[in-house]
Amino acid sequence: MPAPEEALSAGNITFTGYEDAEVNAYQALPAGPGPFPGVLVIHHLPGWDSTTKEITRRFAAEGYNAICPNLYARQGLDVDPDDAAAATREAGGIPDDQFVGDADAAVKVLRALPTANGKVGVIGYCSGGRHSFLTAISVPVDAAVDCYGAFVTGTVPDGFPLKVTPLVDRTPDLVCPLLGLFGNDDQFPNPEQVDELEAALKAAGKTYEFHRYDGAGHAFFSVERPAYRPEAAVDGWQRIFEWYGRYLAGS
Amino acid sequence: MCSYLTVATEIAGSAKGPQGWFGVTSASVYFDHPYHAPFDHTLNIDFADPARGPGTRVAVELSADSARRLVRSINEALAAAGAAAT
Repeated sequence: MPAPEEALSAGNITFTGYEDAEVNAYQALPAGPGPFPGVLVIHHLPGWDSTTKEITRRFAAEGYNAICPNLYARQGLDVDPDDAAAATREAGGIPDDQFVGDADAAVKVLRALPTANGKVGVIGYCSGGRHSFLTAISVPVDAAVDCYGAFVTGTVPDGFPLKVTPLVDRTPDLVCPLLGLFGNDDQFPNPEQVDELEAALKAAGKTYEFHRYDGAGHAFFSVERPAYRPEAAVDGWQRIFEWYGRYLAGS
Repeated sequence: MCSYLTVATEIAGSAKGPQGWFGVTSASVYFDHPYHAPFDHTLNIDFADPARGPGTRVAVELSADSARRLVRSINEALAAAGAAAT
């Protein structure tokens, strides 16, 4: 018998996203009858890349049905993810309405899986951290994780290539508990911007938990970059699974 | 999300990508996360013909120091060519 964490299946699927567009996604499922909670994994600005797909598999290895949609699918389902990311960046990113429509559809895909337990969490990194927060104020989910998402709070600099706006004013709309993981050396978001988000969550009476790591900057989970900080990343992964264990367990 | 200004310029010439040679019409230059290079940020250049789709692109991701040296090399080569490089 293989160890449980080795037993999973993964591959590409398609689903119908915002405005009936065909969207491809990477899906990783644990072996066995379940029931399993679901996790919507949101990729970072560089796109639907192999490291985000590794993260998706990790959730399956830990007993979660996981799906990572290609947010840049409008560039073409057969376009290389790096080319799609470059073209999307050139176009100013993706509109929030489009993202929310795709996220809502992906959550429905997770809930419809035969092994689903009915609970779904969301997690995103970098620009995906903002998207995770956007999901949690827009789509019925049960737990959210924001990993160093910029421009939930703060001011978007002049000349910034992406058409993004802060979301903090919509904090009262948050539908689920929020876990935030941040590096104290990060500039996007910097510690003051994390403070601003925490103040908004407190003011709105929301359930949240923040962990801020000294000696870590942006993208400390990225194992292939110098930004990787093993102590922060290992602790962060533990916090994530504790968080989802608390809010996504059961049926 | 830690990305910065994109400096785009129209260019004329050719580049060779996975599908062979094609004419390039634009170069986008930006300092941002790389897709592949093992650095936190890189100077990225996309040589592209956007009219032919997102796959018609030749991309490079260079360390900041490499990019500066490349700029010097280009300028040096152009200066050495003199009147021919006008």
